[in-house]
Amino acid sequence: MKGKEILPWGNYPYHPQRAHAVDWRDEIASRLAQVADQCGSTLPFGAGRSYGDSCLAASDNLLALRGLKRIIAADWASGVLRAEAGITLEEILQVAVPRGWFLPVTPGTKYATLGGAIANDVHGKNHHRRGTFGAHISRFGLLRSDRGLLECSAHENADLFTATIGGLGLTGIVVWVEFSLLPIRSSRIASTSMRFNNLDEFFALSNEYDHEREYTVAWIDCLARGKALGRGIYTVGEHAADGILASAAKKKITVPVMPPFSLVNGPSLKAFNILYYRRQPATPVNALVDYDSFFYPLDGILQWNRIYGPRGFQQYQCVVPETDARAVVRALLEIIGRSNSGSFLAVLKRCGAQRSPGLLSFPLAGVSLALDFPQRDAGNAKLFEQMDRIIRDANGRLYPAKDAHMSGADFRRFYPNWQQVDALRDPSLLSRFWQRVTQV
Amino acid sequence: MKRVLIVGATSAMAEACARHWAGPDSRFFLVARNGVHLGQIADDLAARGAVAESYVMDANIIDDHAAMLDAAQKMLGAIDIVLIAHGTLADQQACQKSVAQTLAEINTNGVSTVALLTLIANVMERQGRGSIVVISSVAGDRGRPSNYVYGAAKAMVSAFCDGMRARLFKVGVHLVTVKPGFVDTPMTAGLNLPKLLTASTAQVARDIDSAIARKKEVLYTAWYWRWIMLIIKMIPAPIFKKLSL
Repeated sequence: MKGKEILPWGNYPYHPQRAHAVDWRDEIASRLAQVADQCGSTLPFGAGRSYGDSCLAASDNLLALRGLKRIIAADWASGVLRAEAGITLEEILQVAVPRGWFLPVTPGTKYATLGGAIANDVHGKNHHRRGTFGAHISRFGLLRSDRGLLECSAHENADLFTATIGGLGLTGIVVWVEFSLLPIRSSRIASTSMRFNNLDEFFALSNEYDHEREYTVAWIDCLARGKALGRGIYTVGEHAADGILASAAKKKITVPVMPPFSLVNGPSLKAFNILYYRRQPATPVNALVDYDSFFYPLDGILQWNRIYGPRGFQQYQCVVPETDARAVVRALLEIIGRSNSGSFLAVLKRCGAQRSPGLLSFPLAGVSLALDFPQRDAGNAKLFEQMDRIIRDANGRLYPAKDAHMSGADFRRFYPNWQQVDALRDPSLLSRFWQRVTQV
Repeated sequence: MKRVLIVGATSAMAEACARHWAGPDSRFFLVARNGVHLGQIADDLAARGAVAESYVMDANIIDDHAAMLDAAQKMLGAIDIVLIAHGTLADQQACQKSVAQTLAEINTNGVSTVALLTLIANVMERQGRGSIVVISSVAGDRGRPSNYVYGAAKAMVSAFCDGMRARLFKVGVHLVTVKPGFVDTPMTAGLNLPKLLTASTAQVARDIDSAIARKKEVLYTAWYWRWIMLIIKMIPAPIFKKLSL
């Protein structure tokens, strides 16, 4: 029997990685030197939740840091936490929630690590209020192969501070992170979900509620066409004002094996999207739900990426500026609808104007759209090419954490600060993504 | 209130157990060779509300055991749980070429545990309550060509525990022998373990916790190792010797 191959979350592209594990802070430097020496270069790796090749080492030899999951110091009075970078968001929530604290910003999975949250400068359903995760980091320890352990903050090694937030793990090994938690009085979320019949209705709802609600997000039926184009369900939420503080301990189910082919195909997609839309009543539904089901519905199904079969899938996430957002999202949905591809969970989210300290941070004021596509080599390439052109013309950008297709020219246009990050890149670290978008 | 003594506290399984038990009403006395790593674990437990003290000791220096145990009692008072988790994964090939290395592995994984338990049992016996958790291994169930040195040491530990359990039961002290199968730890990092049969340390910690609560005698973790080992134990010796397990 073979051990599990290390692949990115999307199981695409297929470049199996070899892991070199480190479990103690004082052993990172020697391990980094050893692996870099042996393999040319390496890349810090946490939980492997990046979808594409941004978490794959150019040398296919990773420095696996998941064992670094200790809390270093916690001030439960002020909600400042300092922890090792390999700790997952779930492990943080388990300790923080019972004490009345929550993550200031959380992405759609709690299985990502703190190091991954920095490297991708993750955002969540409250981006319009609190910006990205990077905005809540006060300092971190960065181990460089050429300069040793450095403390970075807005005032100390500020160049590395801004280059590392969203820096895709290339500027050094993030050893520990100190950040501020968000106070809560209940572990539950008071949520309201509302059905909308088309894209205009989404924008109307978003305009009405986004400014007054902590969390907002929308699911859209990416296969609906014509008058129903862009229909979906808009969900808002707030931390409940009072109630119990309990960390989630729900039973999970697992997709036990990888089916020989993708279960996501034309008929299953169509059926799911119609049913999911119809299940939501036409009138708004209020509910008090635990944070797990509000933030992490997909985490309830472990290894859900397997449903796409051995060829894997690609996620396409873009953000476009507010100005033309409506027309751009419409154009994208039209193209996707015609392609008959797309995903169960297409997510639309209004992002705010908060600026991240990070040089390569993804979000910008506007609208973000994310969808999964089963890997079909020719089909996806053609579809993505059309979509990329629209994003380019709208001055939007694509999200490296999800990416496995962006052209180098597009990347350099989307992220004009890339050269600053490249100049600060640790000479021992290189990802397949970075190689693809900067060196080709 | 949970008062816990852990020997081999920097092992991944022990660390997972400590994290599982950590809370505002827990006290830990942590023993291991590496003081820096002990300090990092103590900080983690403190952040979770526990009180933790580190004590640097090499379990192979048998003469140091008594002083350690005195210090542990001083810090903890009564002891609710003792966890013995130190060990090394022997390099079987190297052991076959070296008497010194073979005996070193037997000492680390077998003799030192027997020595520790001898002292600890007397403390717990006087106390008349509490649980002793000893990490043995499925490898001790039957010597296999791929790691019989390690297996022999663990077989000694398992047999020693069987007897000691029956002795301590009569005075109200519980002893559970833990036999982990494949566990995803730094000790096994170099091995290409089959994913389906490999437990996480968090899973092992949950299993140990429930084994203490249910006063289980022998814990296989993950559970299916009981059945895997049953089959391995049942293979007749004339066939077993032809296999390369």
